[in-house]
Amino acid sequence: MAANVQLLADAPFLILQLLLDGLMIGAIFAVAAYGMALVWGVMNVINVVQGELVMLGGFITYQLTLWGVSPLWGVPVAALVLFFIGFGLHHAVIRRVADRDMFISLLATFGLSILLQQLMNQIWGGDVRTAESGLGTWFLLDYTVTVSQMKAAACGGAIAIGCALILFLKKSRIGQAIRATAQNPRAARILGIDTNRVFAATYGINAALCGAAGALVVMAYSVHPYIGLPYTVRSFMIVIVAGLGNLPGVIAAGLGLGAAENFAGFILGVQYQVAFVFCLLVVILVIRSSLLQRQRRFLR
Amino acid sequence: MSARRQQLLALGIAAAGIALPFAIPDFRAQIAMLWALVIMAQTWDITGGQTGYNSFGNILFFGVGMYASVVVQRDTGLDYYAALALGMATGAAIAATLAVLLGSMILRMRGHYFAIATLGLGIAAGEIAGGWDYLGAGSGLSPPLFPAPPQTANLFFAYLYFALAALTFAALAALYRTRFGLALNAIRDNEDKAEAMGLRTGLYKITAWTIAAFVLGLTGGAMGNMLGFVDPRDTAFAGATFGVWMVLMAILGGKGTLWGPVLGATVFHITQELLWTHLLGWQRVALGLIIVGIVVFFPQGILGWARTRWPARHEQREQGSGRA
Repeated sequence: MAANVQLLADAPFLILQLLLDGLMIGAIFAVAAYGMALVWGVMNVINVVQGELVMLGGFITYQLTLWGVSPLWGVPVAALVLFFIGFGLHHAVIRRVADRDMFISLLATFGLSILLQQLMNQIWGGDVRTAESGLGTWFLLDYTVTVSQMKAAACGGAIAIGCALILFLKKSRIGQAIRATAQNPRAARILGIDTNRVFAATYGINAALCGAAGALVVMAYSVHPYIGLPYTVRSFMIVIVAGLGNLPGVIAAGLGLGAAENFAGFILGVQYQVAFVFCLLVVILVIRSSLLQRQRRFLR
Repeated sequence: MSARRQQLLALGIAAAGIALPFAIPDFRAQIAMLWALVIMAQTWDITGGQTGYNSFGNILFFGVGMYASVVVQRDTGLDYYAALALGMATGAAIAATLAVLLGSMILRMRGHYFAIATLGLGIAAGEIAGGWDYLGAGSGLSPPLFPAPPQTANLFFAYLYFALAALTFAALAALYRTRFGLALNAIRDNEDKAEAMGLRTGLYKITAWTIAAFVLGLTGGAMGNMLGFVDPRDTAFAGATFGVWMVLMAILGGKGTLWGPVLGATVFHITQELLWTHLLGWQRVALGLIIVGIVVFFPQGILGWARTRWPARHEQREQGSGRA
């Protein structure tokens, strides 16, 4: 561990490399986190199945490449398929638990996450999958720093998806209805907004976001049925740190988390990177709660 | 159920626990597992059902117990039973210490934040164990062989777990009748009021979690030896099996009741043994479906359902136990 820190101090280009890689994946984290914040803010549900939806988007894209379709099509296709899956999940499960005690919805979405994770395991097997995009690598600064073009493209794609979502929420009719419902569901109902449809649309949009993010993940990184939960936890952490409905915060926290994780993976060893994510979750929660405790409040 | 009926039921279960391993010797391993699951559901219910602090990560203490026990057996060189006893005690002590330390930090959070923090703890522990060479890293550890044929080993574990389950049940039944039990329920029902009434809620919550951790540490300590291998993610910190099962069993039976977890664990284990073998690889898919189904359509559990179905008997019981 100390040796790795020493290595970082000796070779500043490594720092730049880790930072760049971290920021690029952080953009994808931010997209998934924004979806989670949307569902949380509008429906008051912490969506534990978030990471599995990301993985599912990745597997759909992988399936497309098996059929000989370019994985770039995966982004719209996965988003569309996931939108309908999200719609179905909302109809079957989420709407029945949304207005109940938050632990019920937590446990229900946790059950969904086990269900999806095992279904993916049955369908695509327990191997790590990637989709080859055929893009190359850029070499910067005299070949000391490498940037995979696909990772850069994935980062750009994540930013584009984020912008599209914001435009959609600001301009479109249903986007305005979603924001109104998030502010005050009762007033929204009084003004004639069908909140049940808004909930279904919100969940579907969140699933579509996850699907698109998953398509980027499978092209630039890799997917596996069992690594959905870390994505859920990352989204959760980002939302906790940034707060609900704080878009610049979500972006900053997402990028920061990506970079922090990459540095931790390098310093502690790759086998501890996931452990770092989960420990960081506990640490963040403890810090948040002790800050609130000073004002005799607690996390709600 | 009247107090007398409860006593009869407890006696019947005790007789069954003693007789079953000899009546159906082929099922000794499953009987041992049944009692272990009963303990897990009961300990989960101490914080989950009685105190209203739903933990997703109690598996942490189970896994710590399992690893501690096998490491003690590996490093002390005592004979089998002495090493197992020392190992279980060490595991329970470490688990309880962890519960005090972690509890004092995360039990301040309310409700679902606590649940998510514990989820993180359970998985982080598995990941750390999976990378730590001292604990055998990803390939895990092998406990020493039981010094007798497998049938005798299963008999030993069936009785060990039965004794532990019975002791836990008796201890919890006594505990829930004291002021301590009432304080836990007060925290569940309204924590702010409980605090305003002068209850030291933090102390109660930490104590409750520590009791659960201690018993789970013991349970895990013997489980590594019973299963014959300790694996960081599949047996010790098995979030997707034991970790979820304990929550599910307590909810299925009826959380916040004395008998609910026992009933839930029994129903769950029998269903699982009867159906699981026919599902061939789809078991965990079925588990996901079952969780969603129970949580969405049956969150009150079997006992909760019985109370609404036969309210008259429920009232009788309330008067009988003097808490109407």
